[in-house]
Amino acid sequence: INHIVHNGGLYKRPFNEAFEETPMLVAVLTYVGYGVLTLFGYLRDFMRQWKIEKCQNATEREEQKDFVPLYQDFENFYNRNLYMRIRDSWNRPICSVPGAKVDMMERVSHDYNWTFTYTGRVIKGIINMGSYNYLGFAQKSGACQEAAAKVLSQYGAGVCSTRQEMGNLDKHEELEKLVARFLGVESAMAYGMGFATNSMNIPALVGKGCLILSDELNHASLVLGARLSGATIRIFKHNNMQSLEKLLKDAIVHGQPRTRRPWKKILILVEGIYSMEGSIVRLPEVIALKKKYKSYLYLDEAHSIGALGPNGRGVVEYFGLSPEDVDVMMGTFTKSFGAAGGYIGGKKELIDYLRTYSHSAVYATSMSPPVVEQIITSVKCIMGEDGTTVGEARVQQLAENTRYFRRRLKEMGFIIYGNEDSPVVPLMLYMPAKIGAFGREMLKRNIGVVVVGFPATPIIESRARFCLSAAHTKEMLDTALKEINEVGDLLQLKYSRRRLVPLLDRPFDETTYEETED
Amino acid sequence: MDVRSTQSYLYWLFCQFELITCSYLMEPWEKVLFYTFNLCVAALLLYTAYVFVAVHLSSACQLLWPFLGNPRENALSVVK
Repeated sequence: INHIVHNGGLYKRPFNEAFEETPMLVAVLTYVGYGVLTLFGYLRDFMRQWKIEKCQNATEREEQKDFVPLYQDFENFYNRNLYMRIRDSWNRPICSVPGAKVDMMERVSHDYNWTFTYTGRVIKGIINMGSYNYLGFAQKSGACQEAAAKVLSQYGAGVCSTRQEMGNLDKHEELEKLVARFLGVESAMAYGMGFATNSMNIPALVGKGCLILSDELNHASLVLGARLSGATIRIFKHNNMQSLEKLLKDAIVHGQPRTRRPWKKILILVEGIYSMEGSIVRLPEVIALKKKYKSYLYLDEAHSIGALGPNGRGVVEYFGLSPEDVDVMMGTFTKSFGAAGGYIGGKKELIDYLRTYSHSAVYATSMSPPVVEQIITSVKCIMGEDGTTVGEARVQQLAENTRYFRRRLKEMGFIIYGNEDSPVVPLMLYMPAKIGAFGREMLKRNIGVVVVGFPATPIIESRARFCLSAAHTKEMLDTALKEINEVGDLLQLKYSRRRLVPLLDRPFDETTYEETED
Repeated sequence: MDVRSTQSYLYWLFCQFELITCSYLMEPWEKVLFYTFNLCVAALLLYTAYVFVAVHLSSACQLLWPFLGNPRENALSVVK
């Protein structure tokens, strides 16, 4: 469903997002495949219970067989019978820096993926289409590595304390000032782990009596943080502004469920780029709604910081908006900066409050100094303050790679989800056998990809997710595209029917709930 | 080498069947079981088609379009 939106002047550039519908035949065949595997799963479970076959998965002890069964739910059934068959596509051990090319240790399984043994051989030079290395800062040589090595020899690797006690280094202060300057906010705070940034700071910001409006496809860290806070959570459809507006109206009009009092705070949780769909949030519309209904916005830019925008400042710069409109800007250093950790940026009062009341600041060990230095050097490189144009070149290279790769894949006939400008490219596979086959065939051709199935995606919409990088040269992308083309023909993955729906060239109103006009 | 390309095309079709029904992921004994079951079902269907469909089709044709048959037979049926 392709359309270009010029929504009442809110968007300064065309917003091309497409999620092609699953072809009916493919959906039916996917269910057939899952049906066959389920039947065989029941057969194998029966054989394991009656001791015809050796039971290699976790079960209860003999004495506990009469207790409430632990492994009978669908997740465990799926794990034993479906996931085990294709398990060799995940947890592959790599033994080099995860740059544009990576070395992987070869492993084989003699008992159908229950156990793995290493042959001892190392497969070198696999093109890495799975690492979150958007700007190519995962390097073992260069300015970042030298600076990190120097700081390592100065400060050591461990900090041995939390931020509030003895773990607040001058490097952390320098990092936070730099990140605040980079984002264009008043103040910022950095944490050691990106997941913990979300899950430990949302409970500090909202509590009981507050309302959280969270997108359908939010990351597990946001969901966990929202649940831990104790606030009421309502879900709106993915990137659907009518759904969000309806929820906001209901919240303002009806208030809290029993007492009808107004909500203390309304917090909207969205992400910059959704990593499973490759879609970009409709930030101008969200900000317009936030202002109209006087609520707060928490933007998780884990995948979009560094990857979007003409200067790599993220999704706020991509849409040409002001960072002051977003109340809490959160992001991670894992993806575009080649380090680990997360940050939260916003007004000075907010960050000072978080320094005292965030669980992560009080209890978690602070970031390791070499990691901090890697982030400082990479942020300076992106901003251009190290005196070179390397950062700018990388941001532009990533945008070019994204456009080129997406265009070529669409031309070949694959179903690709997401926005035209997002460096996360999900390619739909649908059938369970093709998940395993795609991963294995691509590894045979020396390309490492990440395939995703249930439970990270809906059960029939399994996909292969490519993460593009500024470190990929055009030759590498061409090689990868050639192999993807071959594997696509071999496995019959070119499902796209290339239906061009007429452009929806008028602003959204209440009547256009869906994104198509039939 | 037309035989070669037909053979490889048939092999490719068989691979697609394997992928769709997920027999690509099964262990050998599971595959044997699955293919035996499928072949039995296919054989039964063919047998049913061979024995019954011809008879059913011809009696249906006679019912719907009696004038399409043997002219002598039709004359006899009219006279009777």
